[in-house]
Amino acid sequence: MTVTRELRPATRPARVPRGLRVALLLAPALGVVVVLFGGGFVQAVAQSVGYQPYPPARDLSLDAYRALWADPAVRASVGITLRVALVSTAAAAVLGVAAALLVRSLGRTRRGFAALLQVTLPLPHAVAALAMILLLAQSGALSRVAAGLGWVDGPADFPALTQDAFGWGIIASYVWKEAPFVAVVVLAALSSGVAELEDAARALGASAAQRLRHVLLPVLAPAVAAASVLVLAFTLGSYEVPFLLGRPFPATLPVVAYQQFRDPDLAARPLAMAIAVVTAVLVGACAVAYLSLSERLRG
Amino acid sequence: MSRAASGRRAAGAGLLAAALLVPLVPLLLWAVAGEFRYPALTPELSGRGLALLGDPAVRAALGTSLLIALTVAALATVIGAAAGRALGCHTFPGRRAVQLLLLAPVIVPTLAVTLGIQVFLIRYGLADTVAGVVLVQLIPTVPYVSLVMSASFAGLDAGVEDAGRVLGAGPVRRLVHVTLPAVAPGLAVAALFAFLISWSEYILTLLIGGGTVQTLPLLLFAAIGSADLTAAAALSLVIAVPPVLLVGLTARFLTGPTAATVGFGRL
Repeated sequence: MTVTRELRPATRPARVPRGLRVALLLAPALGVVVVLFGGGFVQAVAQSVGYQPYPPARDLSLDAYRALWADPAVRASVGITLRVALVSTAAAAVLGVAAALLVRSLGRTRRGFAALLQVTLPLPHAVAALAMILLLAQSGALSRVAAGLGWVDGPADFPALTQDAFGWGIIASYVWKEAPFVAVVVLAALSSGVAELEDAARALGASAAQRLRHVLLPVLAPAVAAASVLVLAFTLGSYEVPFLLGRPFPATLPVVAYQQFRDPDLAARPLAMAIAVVTAVLVGACAVAYLSLSERLRG
Repeated sequence: MSRAASGRRAAGAGLLAAALLVPLVPLLLWAVAGEFRYPALTPELSGRGLALLGDPAVRAALGTSLLIALTVAALATVIGAAAGRALGCHTFPGRRAVQLLLLAPVIVPTLAVTLGIQVFLIRYGLADTVAGVVLVQLIPTVPYVSLVMSASFAGLDAGVEDAGRVLGAGPVRRLVHVTLPAVAPGLAVAALFAFLISWSEYILTLLIGGGTVQTLPLLLFAAIGSADLTAAAALSLVIAVPPVLLVGLTARFLTGPTAATVGFGRL
C-alpha cells in the first residue's frame, strides 16, 4: 500500500478539510442526541422543579422531589421497580449462562438450539407480556392444566401470578425475553477460542470445576456483566410490560411517571418529571457501570 | 461421555426448548379461538381473530406502522452511519466524549426524556403527527446505528478506498462500489434493528401520537384493555411475525461478538 500512499497527493482533488468533514458527518447524529435527548432531559429537570414552558410562570422549588420522597405510594413504586428489575436481571443472567453452556455442550442439535434461542429475542415486549397473561393468569393455560389434573377447583384457586403484588408476571415476561439475550451474548463470547483454552487446561490436569473457575468464568464474566447491565437498565426504565402485567398500584416508576403526566391537573407535572428524572439517573448509573465493564472487556 | 451426563443434557435441552416455546402455545390457540371458556384446554376453532386482521382499522394501522418504522430505519441508518464513519475512521479531539454522548440514549429509557419535550412538540405542531412520532423514535435508534456502524467502519480497510481513488473512481463511485459493499452487513443489521425498535414501540407513539397516530402496538394495547383476547392474540401474530422472519433471515450476521447484539437488549 506504500505506493498508493505516495501517489495520493498527486491524484487527490481538493477536498473538504478533515476537521470539517468529521464535524459534518457527526452533526446530524449529535443534533438528535443533544437537542432531543439532552434537551429532553434538561427540560424534564427544569419542569420537575416547577418551570413551565407555558404561562403562568411558577415559583421554582424542590417540592416534587420532597413529595417523591415523602409519598408512601412513590416509595412503594421504587420498591417494586427495583425488586422487579433486580430479580429479573439476576434470573436472566443465571438462566442465560446456563442455557448458553448447555447449548454449547450439545452435539448435532447445537445449531438448531442456537437458532431456537433467537426466537423470543425479536418479539416485542408487549407480545411477550400478552403471552404471559394467557399462560399465567388465574384463568390462563397453566391454571387450566392444573384444573384438568384436579389440582385446583377454579381460577380463584390458582395463585395470582399476573397483576400480583410481587410482580411475578412482569418478572416472568422479562426473563423469557432477556435470558435468551444473555445466552446469545455469552455464546458469542464463548466462540472466541475458549475451547482451546479449556483443552489446554484439561491437558494440564485441571478438573471440570477448576476449568469452570479458572477458564470459563474469567472469560464469561465481562460479557455476562455487560449484558446484565443492559437488561437491568431496560427493566428499570421500560413501560409496556409493567403496564400490562402489573397492578395500577403500586406500579413501576415509568408507569407512575406516565400516569402523573396524563393527570389533567397540571400541578401533577412536576412530580411526573421528577419521577422521570430519577428513573433516567438510575439508569444512567447503569450506563456508567456498563461503560467501565465494557472497557475492561476490551482492555 | 457417561450415559448419565448425556441423559441430563438431553433433559436440559428439552427443558430449554419447552421454556422457549410453550409460552407461545396459548397465544397461537387464542388467535384462532371462538368459545374458549375455563377450564377448556383447547378452544372451539373460529376464524374471527384472523378475519379481524382484514379490518380497515387494522390495515390502516399496519400501513402507519410500516411507514413510521421504514422512515425511522432509513433516517436513523443514514444519520447513524455518517456518525459511525466519523467515529470509526477518524481520530479527533473529543471523540471519546462523542462516543459517551451517543451511548447514553441507547441505555437511558426514551420515555424519561420525551416527557420533557412533549410540550415543545405540541407547540411546533408535531404532536399527533407521524412526523413527530418519527422524530422521537430517532432518539434511541440513531445512537444505536452509530454504535454498530462505528464498529463496522473501524474494521474497514482504508487501503481499499485508497485503491479505488488511485484507479480513478470519484467519491460517489467509491461510496457505491467500495465503501458500501464493505460495510453492508453492518448496515443491514443496523437498519434491521432500527426498524424493529420502531416497529415494537408503544409508549412513545402514544405519548407523541396522542392516539391519533394508530400503529399496530396501539391496537394491541386497546384489544388487551378491552379484554378481547382473540383480537389481541391475532394482532400479536401480525406484530410478531415480521421481526421473527427478519431476524431469522439475518441470523448469520448476528452471531459472533458484535456490537449489533446490543440491539436485542433494546427490543
